[in-house]
Amino acid sequence: MAQGVLAYVEHRSGELKKAARETLGEGKRCATTLGTSLTAVIAGNNVEGLTAAIHEAGADRILVVSHPSLEEATTDGTGRAVVAAIKEADPALILFAATAEGKDIAPYVASALDAGLATDCVGLTIDGDSFTAKRPVFAGKSLINVKPVDLPLVASLRPNVFPVLSEPQTGSPEVVNLPFDDSHASRLRIKETKAVAADKVELTEASIVVSGGRGLQAPENFGLIEGLADALGAAVGASRAIVDAGWRPHEEQVGQTGKTVSPQVYIACGISGAIQHLAGMSTSQTIIAINKDQEAPIFGIATYGLVGDALEVIPALTAAVKAAKEG
Amino acid sequence: MHQVVCIKRVPDTETKVKIGSDGKSIDLSSVKYDISPYDEIALAAAVELKEKHGGEITLLTLGPGEAQKELRKCLAMGADRAVILKDDNPFRDPASTSTMLASYLSTVTFDLLYFGNKAVDSDGSQVGIRVAQKLDLPVISLATRIEVNDKEVTAHREIEGGEQVVAADLPCVITAQKGLSEPRHASLKGIMAAKKKPLEEIDIEATGEKLEIVSMETPPARTEGRIVGEGVEAVPELVRVLKEELKIL
Ligand SMILES: Cc1cc2nc3c(=O)[nH]c(=O)nc-3n(C[C@H](O)[C@H](O)[C@H](O)COP(=O)(O)OP(=O)(O)OC[C@H]3O[C@@H](n4cnc5c(N)ncnc54)[C@H](O)[C@@H]3O)c2cc1C
Ligand SMILES: Nc1ncnc2c1ncn2[C@@H]1O[C@H](COP(=O)(O)O)[C@@H](O)[C@H]1O
Repeated sequence: MAQGVLAYVEHRSGELKKAARETLGEGKRCATTLGTSLTAVIAGNNVEGLTAAIHEAGADRILVVSHPSLEEATTDGTGRAVVAAIKEADPALILFAATAEGKDIAPYVASALDAGLATDCVGLTIDGDSFTAKRPVFAGKSLINVKPVDLPLVASLRPNVFPVLSEPQTGSPEVVNLPFDDSHASRLRIKETKAVAADKVELTEASIVVSGGRGLQAPENFGLIEGLADALGAAVGASRAIVDAGWRPHEEQVGQTGKTVSPQVYIACGISGAIQHLAGMSTSQTIIAINKDQEAPIFGIATYGLVGDALEVIPALTAAVKAAKEG
Repeated sequence: MHQVVCIKRVPDTETKVKIGSDGKSIDLSSVKYDISPYDEIALAAAVELKEKHGGEITLLTLGPGEAQKELRKCLAMGADRAVILKDDNPFRDPASTSTMLASYLSTVTFDLLYFGNKAVDSDGSQVGIRVAQKLDLPVISLATRIEVNDKEVTAHREIEGGEQVVAADLPCVITAQKGLSEPRHASLKGIMAAKKKPLEEIDIEATGEKLEIVSMETPPARTEGRIVGEGVEAVPELVRVLKEELKIL
C-alpha cells in the first residue's frame, strides 16, 4: 500500500532552491499529519553535498541519484530517475514545486505512474488518509478542489505560498544512493545552456517583484523599473503590451500567457490591470500600483495605490528606498 | 513531413467565470469560445515549417462537435485536415485527456506533434508531456524556436532563468511557449479553402479520470486598498508603508 510523502528537490549552482525548501516544508507537515515520514529525491551530478540542507529543510530520508547525464534537469531523463526513486519509496503523495522545472518533470512522473496531477496548488488538506488539493483554474478566476481517485497523488506547489520549516530539523538523515541506468538518459541532446547571472532574482520565486507596463512610455525608461528592483532586491516583470512591443523578453511577462507570480509584494508601474495581467499576479500578498489614471482597474485590486506619473514617481521612490536602506 | 497539432477549444480569456449550480463546474451558458492561445502559437509554428519543408498538418481535438467552428478557423490558418475525438466533458481531468489523445495518436504516423504548454481553462500544463511519455517520444517543452533538418529537430526552449538549445530525433513532441511564432490571421482565400477541407468526427471511449472535482470556489476578494496619495509628494508615505507595514526595507 502506498504510504508516506515524497518531495522532489530542485537545486541550482550547488544550493537548494527556495521553492525546494517550501516543498520540503509542506511535505514534512503532510507527513506529520499522516503519521509517516518525508522522503526527498534529489537528482543531478555530484549532488551528495546537499543532503544536510535537504534534511534541515524537512526530509527524514533522502534518495540521491547522481549521474553525469543528470547534470542538467530534463523532462525524460530526470523524470525517469524520479520514477525509479518513487518505485523504491512507494509514496501516497508526491510533491514538486510549480517552477518551470517542476512543471516539466511532474507530468512525466505522473504519467509514468498513471497518477493524477494537481498543478500549481495553493492549498493541500489532509483529512484522515484523504487528500484534497486546491488550485486555480481559468487563470485564477476560480479555485477548484480536487481529490485523487486513487493513490498516489502528484501535486506541484505554487512558489511563495507554502512556508518553509520554521526551525531547521536536527539529527541526521538516512541517505540512500540509487543507481541510474544509462539507457534512462534524456533523448534530448543539449547543445547549449545560457543561464542568466546567478545573482539575478528569479521572477517566479522572488519575494518582491517590480513590473512595468506601457505607462513607461518608451523602452529606454524601463531602466527606472530595473533601478527600483535593484534597490529593493526585487525581480523584474513586464506586461504583455511591452513584451509584444519588443521592449522586454517574454520570460519577464506576467499574466495568463506569461509567468504566474505570488510574491510578498508586487509593484505594478504603468500597468492598467487587464484581466489577463491580473491572472498572473492576483495572489500576491500585497499589491502596490503606481498609475497616473486613478480609474485604472489595477487600483481595484491594489492594497496601496499611488496616483501619479511613473516617470517622476519611480526615481523619487528609488532614491528614498536607497536612503531608507542606508539609514 | 506530417505535423499534428492538438487544439483545445476554451472559454475566451475575457470570460467572467461563474460557478455552476452544482458548485463544482463552470456555468457555460453564456461563454464565448476560442482556441487556447498557446495552441494557436503551435499551429502558426507548424504552418511556418510546412511552408519551408512541405507536407501536411492535421489538427486534433478532444471535445464536442461544436469545436468544428474553432477547427475551421485553424484550417483557414493553414492546416490541412482536422479530427474531433467526440467528448462532451468540458472539465475532463488532463490525465484522462492525455490517455485518450495518446490512444488515438498511437495509430497515426507523424514527424512532429505539438501541444500548447498549457490550456488556459484547466491551467494544467501537463497534457503534452504526458502524451510524450505515453508514446515514448522525446519531448521539447516550452519551445521558443524550432528548426528541422533531415530527421532532426533543433529547438530553443525556455528554462528558469535562461535558455537552452536542444536537438532530438523525429518524431518528437513540442510544447509551445510564447515566442515560438506569431499567430496569424486567416486570409479570405484561406477561409474559403477551409470549408472544403476534411473534418472527421470519431467516437472514442472515455477513460477513467484520476482527479475528482469536489468543489469550485471564487477566490477570496482582496481587502479594499487605499490610495496613499498623488505624485511625488506621496513617495514618503509609500516608503513608510514599505518600511513599517510591509517591513521590506
Ligand atoms: C489571449 C490574451 C492573453 C493575454 N495575456 C497577457 C499576459 O499574460 N500578461 C499581460 O500583461 N497581458 C496579457 N494580455 C494583454 C492584456 O489584455 C493587456 O492588453 C495588457 O496587459 C496591457 O498592458 P499594459 O497595462 O502595460 O498597457 P495599457 O493597458 O496600455 O496600460 C497602460 C497603463 O499605464 C498608465 N500610464 C500611462 N502613462 C503613465 C505614466 N506616465 N505614469 C503612470 N502610469 C501611466 C495608463 O493609465 C494605463 O493604465 C493578453 C491578452 C489576450 C487577448
Ligand atoms: N481536449 C483537448 N483536445 C486537444 N488538445 C488538448 C485537449 N486538452 C489539452 N490539449 C492540449 O494540451 C495542451 C495542454 O493542456 P493542459 O495540460 O490541460 O494545460 C493544450 O494547450 C492543448 O494543446
